[in-house]
Amino acid sequence: MGVQLEESPTTGDEVISNYTINFGPQHPAAHGVLRMVMELDGEIIERIDPHVGLLHRGTEKLIEHKTYLQALPYFDRLDYCSPLCQEHSYVLAIEKMLNVEVPERAQYLRVLFAELTRICNHMLNIGAHVMDVGAMTPNLWVFELREDCMNFFERASGARMHAAWFRPGGVHQDVPLKLLTDIGDWVDGRLPELFGDAMSLVLDNRIFKQRNVDIAHVGKEDALAWGFSGPMIRAAGIPWDLRKSQPYDVYDRMDFEIPVGTNSDCYDRFVVRVKEVYESAKIIKQCLAEMPEGPICSDDRKVSPPKRGEMKQSMEALIHHFKLYTEGFHVPAGEVYVATESPKGEFGVYLVSDGSNKPYRCKIRPTAFSHLQAMDFMSKGHMLPDATAILGAIDVVFGECDR
Amino acid sequence: MAVLHSAPKFAANDGVQETLAAAMGSMLLDARETHGEISFTVKRDSIEDVLRLLRDDHAYQQLMEIAGVDFPGREERFEVVYMLLSVTKNHRVMVKVSASEDTPVPTVTTLWPNAGWLEREVFDMYGVLFDGNTDLRRILTDYGFEGHPFRKDFPLTGYTELRYSEDEKRVVYEPVKLAQDLRQFDFMSPWEGADYVLPGDEKADTPPVDEPKTTESPKQTGAGAKADAKAAEKVSDGAPDKEKGGKAANPPEPTEDRPAKKARKGKTTDTKAATKPKGGAK
Repeated sequence: MGVQLEESPTTGDEVISNYTINFGPQHPAAHGVLRMVMELDGEIIERIDPHVGLLHRGTEKLIEHKTYLQALPYFDRLDYCSPLCQEHSYVLAIEKMLNVEVPERAQYLRVLFAELTRICNHMLNIGAHVMDVGAMTPNLWVFELREDCMNFFERASGARMHAAWFRPGGVHQDVPLKLLTDIGDWVDGRLPELFGDAMSLVLDNRIFKQRNVDIAHVGKEDALAWGFSGPMIRAAGIPWDLRKSQPYDVYDRMDFEIPVGTNSDCYDRFVVRVKEVYESAKIIKQCLAEMPEGPICSDDRKVSPPKRGEMKQSMEALIHHFKLYTEGFHVPAGEVYVATESPKGEFGVYLVSDGSNKPYRCKIRPTAFSHLQAMDFMSKGHMLPDATAILGAIDVVFGECDR
Repeated sequence: MAVLHSAPKFAANDGVQETLAAAMGSMLLDARETHGEISFTVKRDSIEDVLRLLRDDHAYQQLMEIAGVDFPGREERFEVVYMLLSVTKNHRVMVKVSASEDTPVPTVTTLWPNAGWLEREVFDMYGVLFDGNTDLRRILTDYGFEGHPFRKDFPLTGYTELRYSEDEKRVVYEPVKLAQDLRQFDFMSPWEGADYVLPGDEKADTPPVDEPKTTESPKQTGAGAKADAKAAEKVSDGAPDKEKGGKAANPPEPTEDRPAKKARKGKTTDTKAATKPKGGAK
């Protein structure tokens, strides 16, 4: 298959033409609805033309028609594997325009849950990546951990995935002490045990290395030129992590390492993510140890609503509550670009305000867009089955890529 | 203004704006710093030169994003914003150009390979043309889509909707039909904004009348004559006329023909033999 023989009785010459196949849009290794038109020379990839946008929902346009607070849940639904990290960019962008001070406890809570989200996201990606190259068991094990993270999100926000828990000015509700102690126990016990077991099956596995080492090598220069970020750029040996270099919330107080790769291949990208899970666990432990008591959202009543109990007693609180949930708050005219380190890379929000209660423009910078664009560049000359490994190492989620 | 927020903090802006503005020279139209972020507006035709200058001489190695913005009120309605990142200086800048539907922006795919898709997205969403981009196809919208959905004059609902047609065994495209109006709540306070019209607002502009309307006689009220005994008369056919000792109306005729059931043949029904279990069950 793939070779076309032209019957030519006079010369005996064989004309071999390239074979074009569709990868997706419904393919289990495409991590969503991705269609890639692949031009193959035998089993060697000559060219890939990814067709994205099959999950385009016009999120940015919808956001223009909602108030700032109503637009927040859309961010959960972009990269549905790391919902809270995306809310993080958005609430920071709003806070930057409003210049709102966020109480310390809220900053710790946000960092804590952003790191839980990172673990949750990496569990999915690590599991999916090993499954794409043929291993089934680790995926089932790490999904157990993912399930634990989901339960923590549920206990904090009431929702397993679409938490909508980060709010401009802080977080929506405080967490019970029992939840924090449970997270602490989990980070000390179950996470390293189960994750360590699962990774012991993969990291030194001969087949896994055969499928990943030296696949899709990207040099430092190329990684910069293609706009890589997150684990993709760190695997290329560039220690670039927005949590370190451009710290937000209380990341500047956290003590953690940035794992970097040496060979910049799919295996390095995988290992960088594995190491990041342990670094995230370290950050979570610090957050739990240092988190102060105190308010969990700003006391600026023009931004964050009053407590429900207060509302029953105070007329002013009632008015604030009503105004914030109908009209919403007004954001002074201007524009900001705020990017945070989501588990997949730089997730940015370019927010343009015209002074009203709705964003004039909200451009979302997805991480996968730049990475997926380099698919053609990375896969050229590799074999067809390598495409799934490369795709798995990109960590692409289409809710975010297509918006 | 003191910085209270906890958004990402990158390297200080001290002197960066002046240095870069001087380097751009006549290509620069406007430079400003808001919310601690520096943005330059440059001439459209020189965007490639400006970005090359920033990349090569000022170490802004990465193009993170190209964003389109639509300002329909402006003469050149679109703004194209390039977000640059320097990983060595740990600094970000924005560079903007303006464009209209028919003034193409020079491509920057010559500088960064990832500009290709970013420009395709701006083209797809806003219809901004990029001169020199060899692959300016649509990217996010459907195959065969028409229009540029993120323009401010493009309705949120769009113009077409699609569904799977069981008759034709394929997906069909139809004009959007909403079962109810798209609900757009505007909770803006009436003292600011709020340019919508409420029912009754038109009365506010009615000029005062010379002769006020009065109702001195019942005729002027516009109401008809009083109801009288005539109204008590039974008009309906079926209504029983009690005075004449009438009965209630007959029930309506059956609406369809139901042939009467034939009597069952045989005499086994309801006899002991018929109800007794067969086969000597205990």
